[in-house]
Amino acid sequence: MNLGTLPLVDQAVLVLAAMALFSAFALLAQSRLLAAIHVFAWQGFLVAAVAALTGAASRDPHLYLSAAITLGLKVLLIPWMLHRLLRRLSLERQADPLAYPALTLLAAAAIVVFADWVAAPVAQFEHSATRNVIAISLAIVLLGLLMMVVRRQALAQVLGFMAMENGLFLAAVASTHGMPLVVELGVAFDVLVAMVLFGVFFLQIKDSIDSLDVDRLSQLSASIERDEITEQRP
Amino acid sequence: MIWLLLAVFTPLAGTLLLALIPRARMAGLANLALSALSLAGSLGLALRVLHRGSLHGHGFLVDPFNVYLVVLTAFVGLTTAVFSRPYMEHVHLAEKRVSPAGMRLYHSMYQGFLFTMLLALTTNNLGILWVAVEGATLATVLLVSLYRTPAAIEAAWKYFILCGVGIAQALFGTVALYFAAQHVLPPGANGLDWSTLYAIAPQLEPRVMVVAFAFLLVGYGTKVGLVPLHSWLPDAHSEGPTPMSAVLSGLLLNVALYAVIRMKMLTDAALAASRTPALAGHLLMGFGLLTFLTAVVSLHRRHDIKRLFSYSSIEHMGLMTFGFGVGGPLATFAALLHMLVHALTKSSIFVTVGHATHIARTQRIERIRGLIRTQPAVGWGLLLGVVAIAGFPPFGIFASEFLLLSATMASWPWLAPMLVLGLVIAFAGLFRNIQPMVFGTPPVDQQAVRANMLPVMLHLALVLSLGIVIPAVLSNWLGAATMLITGAALR
Amino acid sequence: MDRLLSLLLALLQPLALLAAAPLFTAVVGRFKARLQNRRGVPLKTPYRELRKWAAKEAVVARTASPLFRAAPYIVFASTLLAAAALPVWETASPGAHVADAIVLIGLLGLARFMLVLAGLDVGTPFGGMGASREMLVANFAEPALLLVVFTLAMTTHTTNIGAMAAATLHGAPVLRPSYMFALAALLMVAVAECGRIPVDNPSTHLELTMIHEGMVLEYSGRHLALMEWAAQLKLLLFAVLTVDLFLPWGLATRMSPTAWLLALPLLLVKLAGLALVLAVSETVLAKMRLFRVPGYLTLAFLLALLGLLSHVILESAP
Repeated sequence: MNLGTLPLVDQAVLVLAAMALFSAFALLAQSRLLAAIHVFAWQGFLVAAVAALTGAASRDPHLYLSAAITLGLKVLLIPWMLHRLLRRLSLERQADPLAYPALTLLAAAAIVVFADWVAAPVAQFEHSATRNVIAISLAIVLLGLLMMVVRRQALAQVLGFMAMENGLFLAAVASTHGMPLVVELGVAFDVLVAMVLFGVFFLQIKDSIDSLDVDRLSQLSASIERDEITEQRP
Repeated sequence: MIWLLLAVFTPLAGTLLLALIPRARMAGLANLALSALSLAGSLGLALRVLHRGSLHGHGFLVDPFNVYLVVLTAFVGLTTAVFSRPYMEHVHLAEKRVSPAGMRLYHSMYQGFLFTMLLALTTNNLGILWVAVEGATLATVLLVSLYRTPAAIEAAWKYFILCGVGIAQALFGTVALYFAAQHVLPPGANGLDWSTLYAIAPQLEPRVMVVAFAFLLVGYGTKVGLVPLHSWLPDAHSEGPTPMSAVLSGLLLNVALYAVIRMKMLTDAALAASRTPALAGHLLMGFGLLTFLTAVVSLHRRHDIKRLFSYSSIEHMGLMTFGFGVGGPLATFAALLHMLVHALTKSSIFVTVGHATHIARTQRIERIRGLIRTQPAVGWGLLLGVVAIAGFPPFGIFASEFLLLSATMASWPWLAPMLVLGLVIAFAGLFRNIQPMVFGTPPVDQQAVRANMLPVMLHLALVLSLGIVIPAVLSNWLGAATMLITGAALR
Repeated sequence: MDRLLSLLLALLQPLALLAAAPLFTAVVGRFKARLQNRRGVPLKTPYRELRKWAAKEAVVARTASPLFRAAPYIVFASTLLAAAALPVWETASPGAHVADAIVLIGLLGLARFMLVLAGLDVGTPFGGMGASREMLVANFAEPALLLVVFTLAMTTHTTNIGAMAAATLHGAPVLRPSYMFALAALLMVAVAECGRIPVDNPSTHLELTMIHEGMVLEYSGRHLALMEWAAQLKLLLFAVLTVDLFLPWGLATRMSPTAWLLALPLLLVKLAGLALVLAVSETVLAKMRLFRVPGYLTLAFLLALLGLLSHVILESAP
């Protein structure tokens, strides 16, 4: 495929997808929670823009709606909720630096290569310009997964979870021009409920261990299989 | 259709209704009534399917494969509701571990969970299936942390994160599947409808389907409790309220496995002409065997009674996954039967365990002693349940395991000794823990509690009768499901 | 005729760069001053400073080895040679036939190596400190720069800078994600290589922060003049490299003085634009603490790597 022969809209989609990938890296490396939330909002915006542009290119009004849902949910509502939680838990200045930044970024780069390899057979059967975005979207999903593994802060893990959702949405847009509307609404509903539950959880975790460092939630893994166990109160 | 709506949407109405009922006692009764209504609906549905064949339309699909799971789900939902009423009242009023608001949440989400399970089983749309399975996580995650202890919160967090990660992979797989379908279907057709997909499955691009199935297996496999991703399961089972453990083990795992099997049917059809026609089956066999063996070893050296039985659940899920992976009519029939008897037995065991922990006031195995002297019904219930789950004749699990072993002997003889060895190790692991709990010397101040053993007796009686003779109705039913999954009739 | 013209060009281009280098530095300084509401120094100041140093006696420390005396000439010569390899207003530059992007990076590496040795040579603490910091920067910056070159080479199928520019000129204008990342990486690396804010501050001699100044602290007279001139040339060299690789529109593709007449003013405009960008970024950003520099350069490296990956994933046919 020659990039130069593509219409400008498709070129713009590729650029935006590449920027979304970069935002996934930025999210992974960003240690300050507040900044990470902003990066996440930008990622949502980029993904929504990809959906809207794809819709414009394929004259598919359904994609405009998907883009609008993403814009409302991932760019406005969820970052706002996270922001509010951050203030409520007074974590605005909290930083959660990576333990091994260089190693993590290398792993992230390896993940991108892996995603390309996995998505290659899928992309092979698509002839539209956006087929290569499938690999990018899979990479964003897996980078979100990596983020959930390497981060200790509960809020950062949630950002990783939400970034995975962004990647999945991008995958649906790039490969199949979005899922059927009823499924998309269902997924959006699930994401919203998950976010509310995460909020409840933050408060519970904060109450219980006075921190959002999930590593300290190690009672079960550490103690149960040893000997002590949580006693049931009589 | 009316029966279907009654079965599936009664719990949805119940979710809203029970969120509004402030009094726990009344909510418990309403919970019972709603579950009974849903069971009535599912029985009506089953009769309809039995007499007039599969029901298909309006986004729903009920065929012999899922209808028996629908009835099973509604049935276990009802019997667990019977058990949950006094149990949760005890937790709420006597132990004061749950606030009134917590009770409201519990009852509402109990129905919400049933709704997502029934929706996942009956929907024709694979996207909705995903939404429902994710919804099941969301409904149960707050119940796992209901007691608000640090351990419960950790368990719930782990459950949430791990299942969330897993289920995201399943969505990617679903997208890949949809993608494959769009290349075959004319524009405008709904490429996520299972019935549509199954009709065109042989034309789906094999290489895309391999990628899709890998992601779907990882995703739904997390929910099944397949081994590298199983660690949420013991935590969630041990820290949540016991009725929750019963429905998680008895229902959620089955539904996740159901999703995997539906995907396997598509993948098998798509790969039939490729160089690796049995790839999906081999993957299931590998993961199933790994899960089974890991869980079997983990059954030893447990200290928490609910964790013990959740590892037993993992073991049996591994066995079923293996059975479906072996494929062929006999193994599939065995796995389907195993799904049924395991769900019944395991939920009855968790009910008994709930009473046992109330008697001993702890979940620690070392401190639960002499149940049979303190309260014979609970002691016998636990003993019989474990005898059943360990696969002793004449219980139904023996029958299904025997069928599975013979199927394995026929097609993969060198794997059969591993299965037998695993079952023996599992048996030893269960009994070394159970024996002192049932027969040991009870502590001096141990007292009997108010227990409703009706669900346990009912379940065990069913499992027993299934072990002695499978009624013609059920065997026809399972035969039809086997026919559907493997495309070959049981000889 | 063409032979003669190209010989002329081969001499003219590096000499023009050499002559313009102090001016470019002065222009950046002037822009910066204006942005900060100052009048700034006159544009001829760098030339006067160079002349002043050249006229003065070069004082050399007693502990210095001959290497210390040779280093300024080697640094200057290799930087000038690198400049000769660069097409400035003409893509078919004669020097570019033998020297491509990798050679350019190698020549700059040689200059850096001599600079570091000279910094270590006298044995003063500041020289050693500057040298070690310079190597820290180089460790991250050089691979990133190479990755940028490789990313572009994957699209243009050459590492010859002139040919790269010509390839971009001849193709239709295309939005390339890989170019976007590579440009960002190149700018970040250039800032670090040339010792500008936020990595190094060329206008202070504060011992805690300096890198470049630390290494040349012992130099005086004509040695200092050569070192500073080489540093100024390096900055201009990176600016011209950026123009060649990413903004080649307007460069002459034919050997004709008339085409040069058109190309030169455009080049000046583009260079002025880059100077403005640099001035703005230096005004907006503060100098980083040294231990954050690896993070900055890792980001540059990551951007270059993403450029490479996005080329492979997004822009290549399977």
